[in-house]
Amino acid sequence: MTFLVDLPVWAAIPVCLLLLSGSAITLAGAIGIVRFQSFYERLHAPTLCTSGGVLLIATSSMIAFGVLQNRWIVHEVLIVIFMIVTTPVTLMLLGQSALYRDRAEKNPEVPRKTETAKTDPKIDIGV
Amino acid sequence: MRYWFPYPVLSLLLLGFWLLVNQSVSPGQILLGTVLSVSLSWAMVNLEPSKPRLRRPGAALRLAGFVVRDIAQSNIAVLGAVLSRRKRPVQSAFVMVELQLQDDNAIALLACILTTTPGTAWLEYDRQTRMLLIHVLDTADGKDWQSIVTHRYERLLREIFE
Repeated sequence: MTFLVDLPVWAAIPVCLLLLSGSAITLAGAIGIVRFQSFYERLHAPTLCTSGGVLLIATSSMIAFGVLQNRWIVHEVLIVIFMIVTTPVTLMLLGQSALYRDRAEKNPEVPRKTETAKTDPKIDIGV
Repeated sequence: MRYWFPYPVLSLLLLGFWLLVNQSVSPGQILLGTVLSVSLSWAMVNLEPSKPRLRRPGAALRLAGFVVRDIAQSNIAVLGAVLSRRKRPVQSAFVMVELQLQDDNAIALLACILTTTPGTAWLEYDRQTRMLLIHVLDTADGKDWQSIVTHRYERLLREIFE
């Protein structure tokens, strides 16, 4: 970490601010997993880390290494793109397996399959 | 030519990506990257993806602007929901949204947008009924998700992809 001494002050301040706020958002996402009540609410907490946290930390890394090494700062862009593209896959898998389990257990709080929901006038689907 | 290079743009992008990740343009890396990108595009042939035809870069830019703004706003909203001290739990709910999008790539992009935005989680999309099930963390703000998805995202996505 000694090379960070070379970072000029005007760059160090935004780098620190972005890094700290990104870490704080990621921590908040972790706290959210503990604090939320149901599984589906808990699905939302990690998206804080994968959107806000990743964006802020990647931006701070871009500034730091753009200033220090004068190199192309595309790795961070690739990280953000891959984060955005891959998060839905795991999230949908988790969500659908939870839906499948809750429907198998006939949990009344979970909506039924859409075919039955559409023909059932009691369920407002907002069409 | 088409037989050997079924997806020329994809191959070029993969080669560029390979060279970027390795941070080198040495002949060995270019050779390795070319072999990888051409053979991977053959693998894509078996997946039979629908080839997207992108139009209207202006609409894509506007969509990117909407998405960045929505991500920022919903980050703050979900942060508030996580850290608030109130005892009352958040009013989360399942919401049904009817989609009009036809293009698979556009639907995939919509999934990325809705998932990356904190506060909405894409759960299930039914191709037959075109109904999308999302889970919304906080419904207390009274947002109409059907109109948000239709008017903000779907309109622009259809301009871009269809």
